[in-house]
Amino acid sequence: MSTLRETALANAAALRRRQPDLFERRHGGQALAAGVIVAMAALAVFAFWRLDFSVLRFGSGLAQIAHIVGSMFPPSPGPHLRVFLHALAETLAIAFLGTLLGAILAFPLGLLAARNIIPNIFAHFAVRRVLDTVRGVDVLIWALIFINVVGLGPFAGILAIAASDMGSFGKLFSEAIENTDRKPVDGVLSTGASSLHTVRFAVIPQVFPVIASQILYYFESNTRSATIIGIVGAGGIGLHLSEQIRVLEWNKVAFLVLMILVTVAIIDWVSSRLRFAIIGRSAVVLQ
Amino acid sequence: MASAVIRLPAEQLDRALGHYRGAVAAKRARTAVGLAVLAVAVVLAGIAGEVDLQKFLANIHRLPVYIWTLLPSLSWNNLGADLADWFWNLGGWLSLLFDTLLIAYLGTLVGGIGAFALCFLASANLERRAWVRILSRRFLEFCRTVPELVFALLFVMAFGLGAMPGVLALAIHSTGALGKLFAEAVENIDMSQVEGTTATGAGWATSIRFAVLPQVMSNFASYALLRFEINVRSAAVMGFVGAGGIGTDLMVAIRKFYYTDVSAILVLIIATVVIIDLATERLRHWLIGWEHA
Repeated sequence: MSTLRETALANAAALRRRQPDLFERRHGGQALAAGVIVAMAALAVFAFWRLDFSVLRFGSGLAQIAHIVGSMFPPSPGPHLRVFLHALAETLAIAFLGTLLGAILAFPLGLLAARNIIPNIFAHFAVRRVLDTVRGVDVLIWALIFINVVGLGPFAGILAIAASDMGSFGKLFSEAIENTDRKPVDGVLSTGASSLHTVRFAVIPQVFPVIASQILYYFESNTRSATIIGIVGAGGIGLHLSEQIRVLEWNKVAFLVLMILVTVAIIDWVSSRLRFAIIGRSAVVLQ
Repeated sequence: MASAVIRLPAEQLDRALGHYRGAVAAKRARTAVGLAVLAVAVVLAGIAGEVDLQKFLANIHRLPVYIWTLLPSLSWNNLGADLADWFWNLGGWLSLLFDTLLIAYLGTLVGGIGAFALCFLASANLERRAWVRILSRRFLEFCRTVPELVFALLFVMAFGLGAMPGVLALAIHSTGALGKLFAEAVENIDMSQVEGTTATGAGWATSIRFAVLPQVMSNFASYALLRFEINVRSAAVMGFVGAGGIGTDLMVAIRKFYYTDVSAILVLIIATVVIIDLATERLRHWLIGWEHA
């Protein structure tokens, strides 16, 4: 029985002549891939060496981890349940007020940074660089700075989240505003409106759903940030978490982590429902 | 131009205007309810967050003063010496920044490898056993929901101070975040290629190598580069809990009010982040172009 393979092998030379592309092995791509992998591995080895990794330390650390995880069960709040719940409420308050304040501060900046609202290139360039700088500073760094300004406590956390969100929101809002349709603006202008009227009646109705869903999205992610902001002393559940870790109360640590996980899951669920209700399921918020 | 404004009969106009007013009133009522809910939430959050507006107003002037004192005293005719004074520890800080970048790199690399190993088990089109899929998905979810700083705190207790806990914390978080993205990329592939390799008698590993990887590799690389950007920012604050990098120096400078040191380190961190962002963006565009070529 003559199989396809035997026929093909018999005609190999002719096939090769007719379809040279298929027979050509592409060594270029493979060599490049091998080179990239070798370079990455070499960099990794160098990094392990420079950062003082040692198998011994890793092994003893793993034993420690096993011990810690073992003593985490059963998770229990001990006598501090009320304190922890209060800290959790504080965390949510920090995330909520921080996001809101950041959005309120960012909206005028977003307008200033939008090319179609402020035609002056220097104005929006300057605003954008300021926003980039604000965004480049991590929320924990803002927290440390605001602790110096308003003292330890949740208020510093609110201001830290507001500051770092202001940078992100300013950029996102300005992009949303730049993507608006020009025609409603022209329509409002044709009735003799001022430029502030066009913002109110032509721009805001177009960008509001996008902005609202971005704010909700950031509220979700800020709930996570707010849980760790307490580690540096800016209020919320992170303070208790780092305290309990330092005093090796692993049951309470496990309970706190579980509290955080449940809260984050609930907030994610609620806010994604709200987001879909605002913008519809099909539209996706791009970062 | 002949123009005649068509007017509706009075009763029709009244009805239309009535509908319009009703619609506007309903919308206003919805907005008012929304604002009221928001206001109640703000008040409740204000109470829980111990917002004290009086204290805030009494202290708000300190923020501009603080930022002003962060700025170094630079003068034109003595710029070189002033800059040298501002960045007095440039060598040490650059070395710490380099460590920070290495922490981010190792965290991304180890996390990427972990995500790569798990993503095929978490994707619905390649893994038929529901329990494996659910288990790996829940694991990835856990890895990315626990904040990396919490992992870092735990690991500092277990492994001791230094870069190692930072790398491991970033690696675990990256495994969770990248694993989800990788699995989504795998779920979006064209399955006919997998069917093709399976038809030739290829096993699981061979199918993945020749049918799945060529479709997802550029996506994976692009996601890993994005994660590296994020990890550089995170690695810069890992030092706050003693997990290596430049964060320790920054925290000491902020806590001890070494004002110009704070601004110098912040300038270096922001510059590094911007350079890394630009470089990875170039690399990602090049990857995308390479894929489409």
